Amino acid sequence: MSNSIHVSVWRGGEQGQFEAFDVPRQPSQTVLDVVTYIQRNIDPTLSYRFACRVGMCGSCAMTVNGKPRWTCRTHVNKVAGDGTLEISPLRNLKVVKDLACDMTDFFDKMNRAEGKFHPTKSRHDDFDVVLPDDPARKLAAQAIECIGCAVCYSACDVVEWNKDYLGPAALNRAWTLVNDVRDGGNKARLTAVSGDAGCHACHSQQGCVKHCPKNLSPTFSITGLKRATAKAALKGEL
Amino acid sequence: MPGAAVEAKLWIWQRLSAAVLGICVIVHLAVIVYAVQGGLTADEIINRVSGNLAWFAFYSVFVIAVAIHAPIGVRAILNEMTPLRPGAVHAVMATFCLIILAMGFRAIIGLYTAGGV
Repeated sequence: MSNSIHVSVWRGGEQGQFEAFDVPRQPSQTVLDVVTYIQRNIDPTLSYRFACRVGMCGSCAMTVNGKPRWTCRTHVNKVAGDGTLEISPLRNLKVVKDLACDMTDFFDKMNRAEGKFHPTKSRHDDFDVVLPDDPARKLAAQAIECIGCAVCYSACDVVEWNKDYLGPAALNRAWTLVNDVRDGGNKARLTAVSGDAGCHACHSQQGCVKHCPKNLSPTFSITGLKRATAKAALKGEL
Repeated sequence: MPGAAVEAKLWIWQRLSAAVLGICVIVHLAVIVYAVQGGLTADEIINRVSGNLAWFAFYSVFVIAVAIHAPIGVRAILNEMTPLRPGAVHAVMATFCLIILAMGFRAIIGLYTAGGV
């Protein structure tokens, strides 16, 4: 193992270039450690985003050697066997500066997919009983752990060529709510997620599944939305 | 939103036609493999298929399923890969459907009526 890592880091906005740094290698070093080292010891103007450092918040996602990853949960040893790292911002999102992306489109699409809860009861009503082994609850549980890191959005080729496409995370979120018995917004939701910008644009290529750090399957959720929208269309509800 | 309903219904049609095609292709290939065991001539083919209503019905279903399935796929490709407007895409799709139907039924009717039956 060499004593240093040769790191190429994206500098600038949409237009920019890679800048080379040499960073000392440490045991159990993560890619986020590398970026932090550069900012604290070599170039304090380097911009990047992180918060929890332990894989809970999803804010440190970047493209590492061509693949979207959480940098805090990516060990250098795993991805830089030859001692080189190329770190750039997430694909498919506008670059604010250096490694920080503008997440506006990503979160706007969550809203456009009706990825918000539409309550059907008030505080005066009794609780809904949702049993853990209820089939709909099980489907929701498979998809609910998304923390909105945009790794899937960055990995998706359909997002790249269809700028209106809602993307895997927003559709996955919509699917959790389709399976929520307490929610009353399914008519608007299924209409929102159907069509060229929605679930029917998915190619089932599964880049999202391959790269999701939570091992979720947005493709499965999108397939569920295709079935749900088909049923709604047959009932004349779309 | 009518667009959403159209997309969802096209998806249903494509899945249904795919299911029919899956069966048709298996039967088609299985019969070919079975029928050519002892060698095959054009006369033998015509003797077997001309005037055979079951054969006519099977390949009619096959052609109709192709005429539904393929244009929906072509529509998706045109929408994604070309700047064509939705109206133009629908026109291309409908033309493609008619071409498949015309060519398919020309072949089926040609073989069904071959041999002067």
